[in-house]
Formats: sequence, structure tokens, C-alpha cells
Amino acid sequence: MPQVRVTRRYRFSASHRLHTPALDEARNSAIYGKCNNPYGHGHDYLLEVTIAGEPDAVTGRLAPLQDLDRFVERVILKAVAHRNLNTEVAEFSMLVPTTENLAAVVAARLAEAWPAAFAARAARLEKVRIHETKRNIFEVRVDPAVRSE
Amino acid sequence: MLITRKVEFSASHTCWNPLLDGATNEAVYGGEANPQGHGHNYVLEVTLEGEPDPVTGMIVDLKDVKQVLEQAIVAPMDHRHLNHEVPPFDRIVPTAENLTMEIWRRLKPRFEATPARLRLVRLFETEDLYVEYEGL
Repeated sequence: MPQVRVTRRYRFSASHRLHTPALDEARNSAIYGKCNNPYGHGHDYLLEVTIAGEPDAVTGRLAPLQDLDRFVERVILKAVAHRNLNTEVAEFSMLVPTTENLAAVVAARLAEAWPAAFAARAARLEKVRIHETKRNIFEVRVDPAVRSE
Repeated sequence: MLITRKVEFSASHTCWNPLLDGATNEAVYGGEANPQGHGHNYVLEVTLEGEPDPVTGMIVDLKDVKQVLEQAIVAPMDHRHLNHEVPPFDRIVPTAENLTMEIWRRLKPRFEATPARLRLVRLFETEDLYVEYEGL
């Protein structure tokens, strides 16, 4: 059966500060550098969500793009766009909002909500990729155990 | 080793399946369902696999790749209406998924005469939507 991957790009802006209470000020400053600035800073993140599967024989689509867009808006963008990741996104009350961790959090949220939204479709979540800047890109595969198939 | 060649073409299409009612077409294809059609600047990335020739240091002659892409894809699709002018899209909906798979089908045999194998086709319909296909 033909398997295609469809990737959709989304954009959101958010602020963060890289700092862990597990380390002292000097260590935080040494590890995170400018990203440890107490006032925080922000990025225009570019999020890529990749789904995979066999396109529907009638529609020629893996999933309606509008459905995917609404899903990502509801599950991710609403929670992170124009937010302070440290103070406004629950997972980061205990976790440093590096983009490694952000990619993992986004993947986990998408994976958890995916089955309810797309159970009727053959498409599965494949991976999440986040461009923090043009030069730093983070990618995580979605855990097959929580896929909808 | 992999080598990727990029090519662009512009084409119009409409995504509408007469087997489905109007509301379903709208729900599945959104703005793409407008029966008057619309267009995209498609960007196609074709990834080939092979080993560099010990003498030339090349996997494949990129001039040949350029010519294959021109003949098999750009000439028949650039500045065309996919539904009306590019089979099989008179019969199946020219979604990005179907177009990507059709491009693979057209390219696969063309590279069999070259030292490189077709490995991946990646088609950007817009900057924010791309489809990848690795054949069967």
C-alpha cells in the first residue's frame, strides 16, 4: 500500500528562559549563556507536524488539512502562541523549556489527543520538528505506542 | 550517498470529487475545492541514491537529471491545468498527495537507465505544505 508523508508548517511566537533550579546561578549562566537572561527572550518558532499513511482512495487526501489545522491550533498553538513558556505552559513549571523539551512536549500533547480526533482515519502521527531559529532545528519521532492505529 | 535536485513548476488545479456532495468536498478540500481553480508554485525535490563513480566523482550526471525532470515533469505540468491537461487528474483528484505519487510513477522508470536510483520525491505545494513519497 502506498505510504505518503504529509508535513504541515505552523508558526508561533513565544518567550522562554532557560534556567534550572537544580543548578546554581553560576552553572545556569555557564550552561545557558544568553538564554539564561532573567527577563527571558523569545522566538518565532516554526513547527512542522508530519503525518503518514495511505491517502484515502476517494479524496486523495491523508486527512482533510482543515481538520489537521484545527487540531494543531486547539492542541498546541492556542496553548503556546504569544505565551511565556515557563510560566504559562504547565509542563515547563518543572521542566526547562529548551526546544528539545518543547518538541517532546508538543509531540506528547499531539499524540495524546490524536486518537480521539483522527480515530476514523488511516493517518498516523509521524514526527514533530521545531525550528527555534533558522539555524536550530529539533526533531522528534512520535512514539508508535500512542499512535492511533 | 544521496543527491537531491530541485525544480519548480507552476500549475493550476481544483480539488473536487464529483462522487462526494458539495458540503463534503468543502470539508475535505477547503479553499482548494473552488471549481474555478487556483494555482501553486510547486517546488519538487527529487532525491537519488548511488555511489560516486571512482573516475568522475559523480553519482549521476546532473545534466541528465535536469533533462529527465524537464521532460517528465516540467514540460507536461508547468503552466498547465492539472485537471484538464495532465492525466490521470482528469479522473483522480490532484491533491498534493496524488500529485506526489504520480510524479514518482513518472520518474521511477526514467532513472532506471542511469547509475542512480530514485529514492524520495518531496513536493512542496506551498511553503507550509509538503508531501514525501518513497515509492513501493
